[in-house]
Amino acid sequence: MINTKHIGLQLPTVTFEVEKGRLRFFAKATGETRPEYLDEQAARAAGYRSLPVPPTFLMGADLDAGTLTTLLDTLGVPIERILHGEQSFTYHAPVCAGDVLSVESKVSDIYSKKGGAIEFIVKDSQIKDAQGETVVEARSVIVVRNPQENAA
Amino acid sequence: MNSPRRDEIRVGEELPPLELPPITRTTLALFAGASGDHNPIHIDSDFARAAGMPDVFAHGMLPMAYLGRFLTQWVPQTQLRHFSVRFAAITPVGARLTCTGKIVEITQGGCEALARLKINVVDDQGEIKLAGEALVAQA
Repeated sequence: MINTKHIGLQLPTVTFEVEKGRLRFFAKATGETRPEYLDEQAARAAGYRSLPVPPTFLMGADLDAGTLTTLLDTLGVPIERILHGEQSFTYHAPVCAGDVLSVESKVSDIYSKKGGAIEFIVKDSQIKDAQGETVVEARSVIVVRNPQENAA
Repeated sequence: MNSPRRDEIRVGEELPPLELPPITRTTLALFAGASGDHNPIHIDSDFARAAGMPDVFAHGMLPMAYLGRFLTQWVPQTQLRHFSVRFAAITPVGARLTCTGKIVEITQGGCEALARLKINVVDDQGEIKLAGEALVAQA
């Protein structure tokens, strides 16, 4: 069982710049071909400062920085047991290439179901711009599948 | 901008579906790199089998990214206020996915009118892989 003392655990803040090349790679990987997501001029013509960040892209910041690995190591959860249970984003302001963002994440809940066979880790992230304004809020629910023999 | 602004959004209106090509191992390799999710369970069949799975399977965030495309082809992304999903079932290699959605409510959020959408990703057997909702500002 994951120790619930970790509820409230603050993860290291990640600061990063949104890169155009990475946005184009993300577009390729997700089949996105619209010019405003690939070409800066087209993005500006569509009213964006630069290439817009697609709705789910910012998940990558925590992953790149190894925050998920840190979280799993701290909680003692092997990566092969996790599944993504739920994900949500709330958008407060557009984010574009060149923006420097910081991500502040914490563990906001840990709970179990089915007598401990399945456990849940809830991670909440605030993504802030260089002025410290929250531009996106994200919540991830990670499901941990425990081996049946360990289930209570 | 490709997506039209929506000045009149009606409850019950269905969004134009987005049909995706079958998920391949290449799709998963590219998405692992682009998304930053390098969990080997999605890209290394040996690792996936050792973890008790029949094979590699898609990152949940891949079909969620497809839903992002689906929503932003309907309205400009600047109108998207909230987007959430539950990952209901694993998406295996070979899956043929379609994004669907429908307006279920017009509601008020702060000082703007919002359309609440029920959105799904389904496979070609009709199995729901992702179920979620979105809040979209009315232009």
